[in-house]
Amino acid sequence: MPDMQQDSIGFAGPDSLGHFGPYGGTFVGETLIAAVEELSRVYEEVSKDPEFWAEYDHDLKYYVGRPSPLYLAERLTAEAGGAKIYLKREDLNHTGAHKVNNTIGQALLAKRMGKTRIIAETGAGQHGVASATVAARLGLECFVYMGAEDIQRQAPNVYRMKLLGATVVSVDSGSRTLKDAMNEALRDWATNVDSTYYIIGTVAGPHPYPQIVRDFQCIIGRETREQSLAQLGQLPDALVACVGGGSNAIGMFHPFLNDSSVAMYGVEAGGDGVETGRHAAPLSAGVPGVLHGNRTYLMTDSGGQIMETHSVSAGLDYPGVGPEHAWLKDLKRVNYVNATDTEAMKAFHQLTRLEGIIPALESAHAVAYAMRLAATMAPEQSVVINLSGRGDKDIQTVAKLEGLTL
Amino acid sequence: MSRISEVSAVAAQQGRKLLIPYLVAGDPDLPTTLKLLHKLVADGADMIELGVPFSDPSSDGPVIQRGVERAIAGGTNLAKVLDLVAEFRLQNDSTPIVLMGYLNPVEIMGYEAFASRASDAGVDGVLIVDMPPSESSVLTPLLKGKHIDTIFLVAPTTTESRCAQIVANCSGYLYYVSLKGVTGAALLDTESVRLSIEKLRTMTDLPIVIGFGIKDAASARAMGALSEGVIIGSALVERIEKLPSDDTASAQQLAQVTEVIKTAREALDTL
Ligand SMILES: Cc1ncc(COP(=O)(O)O)c(C=O)c1O
Repeated sequence: MPDMQQDSIGFAGPDSLGHFGPYGGTFVGETLIAAVEELSRVYEEVSKDPEFWAEYDHDLKYYVGRPSPLYLAERLTAEAGGAKIYLKREDLNHTGAHKVNNTIGQALLAKRMGKTRIIAETGAGQHGVASATVAARLGLECFVYMGAEDIQRQAPNVYRMKLLGATVVSVDSGSRTLKDAMNEALRDWATNVDSTYYIIGTVAGPHPYPQIVRDFQCIIGRETREQSLAQLGQLPDALVACVGGGSNAIGMFHPFLNDSSVAMYGVEAGGDGVETGRHAAPLSAGVPGVLHGNRTYLMTDSGGQIMETHSVSAGLDYPGVGPEHAWLKDLKRVNYVNATDTEAMKAFHQLTRLEGIIPALESAHAVAYAMRLAATMAPEQSVVINLSGRGDKDIQTVAKLEGLTL
Repeated sequence: MSRISEVSAVAAQQGRKLLIPYLVAGDPDLPTTLKLLHKLVADGADMIELGVPFSDPSSDGPVIQRGVERAIAGGTNLAKVLDLVAEFRLQNDSTPIVLMGYLNPVEIMGYEAFASRASDAGVDGVLIVDMPPSESSVLTPLLKGKHIDTIFLVAPTTTESRCAQIVANCSGYLYYVSLKGVTGAALLDTESVRLSIEKLRTMTDLPIVIGFGIKDAASARAMGALSEGVIIGSALVERIEKLPSDDTASAQQLAQVTEVIKTAREALDTL
């Protein structure tokens, strides 16, 4: 069941219109309103239905392979020289990332709503693969929108989606990345609203998506909480997760929001460095605005155009961020920081060589910051990194950066 | 009375259908847009919907997306669109201008600054595609205070209770979206449009105009027969796409573009 514990304390949200403080909401064209209202209605029903959650838990256990381990990375800890570093191993999930926690849940919703066709947007391709996977399993038609640029840099995932029976639609408009794929998916949804369920891959989009995706990802934080108590005998001192749209981070953070002893760090993509303007760090360097159905921090120019982002990792290359993160930033409950491309690449190699775990480039941003953080902490303290995905999809990108072709 | 209400009232009196072209400001460049505005009025436009280019036009089809991309490539933004309206007003004080676009540029300019700058420029109405009535409680009163109408869309999927909420917030005219989907798509189903408009009539006295998918004299006539008027967007932007940029279009080329409006005018005038 979704995490309700903080209702009494003040991190409850969203309200009935989908607002997290001044953020969130339902900023979509009239042609989509009926669809998001239907989804809200169904989700409200379903979220109170123990049978639905039993089915979700069953699928996570027997299909995804949960719970994922909480692993003490001893050699990484030694390298950082400070607090103990634990990895929450979302990379071990079926399909290789946390994304599947959400697609399993939303596919169950689609089934309840009698939809026969699934659409999704994807950046790194992880969410596209996770959507194509659940569509294959349920026998639903699946279309995945992907920026032409991302199709280039995530070729293995494009092929995986095709193997799974999905149609990958190349998006050539705008910056040809994740945000444009999302525009195209919204257009498809508006056109085919009767038959189609849109699985948004992160905690962005119009209400109720930020809430739905969060609820499905909270399994990460709930497990981490139990595992910490069992393995460490206490809660961790700090949590670190990368933030693209923010789904793996909110899933890790949310069940701990009321534990004031637990510090939280959301790591955005610093790209070439936030000071260069070539980055994907709206919480670090953006301003509030409206994009893709919600009000949140955005990278936008003075005329209100959304700016192009830059990150070595396709999954973090998004100019907005989930509205709940915008709110948690303003409330100062979570610290939003960033790691550059160079730092992420270094951490990618460190984790690979020290622990035998090849992380996704997205997750490598969290590893980079966590190592910096751990070094400032005492050895009896502990940091949990949400290792959101594995790096198999990224080896071509990494090879290319090192001047190799595979 | 606002300029929009005045023009609609006169049209109603004369039994004239409203013809409202949509074009993207700055497509292919701002001086050409200014010329097109005057030419559209000369060819029979009663009001104009002026698109404010936004980088992520998620309710628009490919034709308008490309128009928006051309405008952005030329550096057009909300502030420049307001300057364009002010310039248009130097020669035309009677044709209502409705800004149509997305919310983010307005959020970044600031609601109060936008309302007063739009009013100074001579804007008559604002239609923000991704701002439903439930999210409009701050901006709409600010615009109203400056005598600017806030226009909302009604879609085929809009429920009856929502229609009531929309008409309660809407002023100027009500924009009926004649199909499911994005701008420029698909065919119109006349009978279902007729039924929807009939239902809306019982809820509001606002003029109802139909848009999305009207592309020629025949479709203008068919939809005009059911409503107070029509909006023609993608069909116009498609023609603008053929114009040269850098303010080099000839009078003849401009006339070829607005031909679609001229023939729609003639068709509407037979009703
Ligand atoms: C492995 C991995 N981590 C993180 C992300 C970023 O998304 P989010 O911030 O929603 O977790 C992605 C997105 O594709 C991803 O594939």
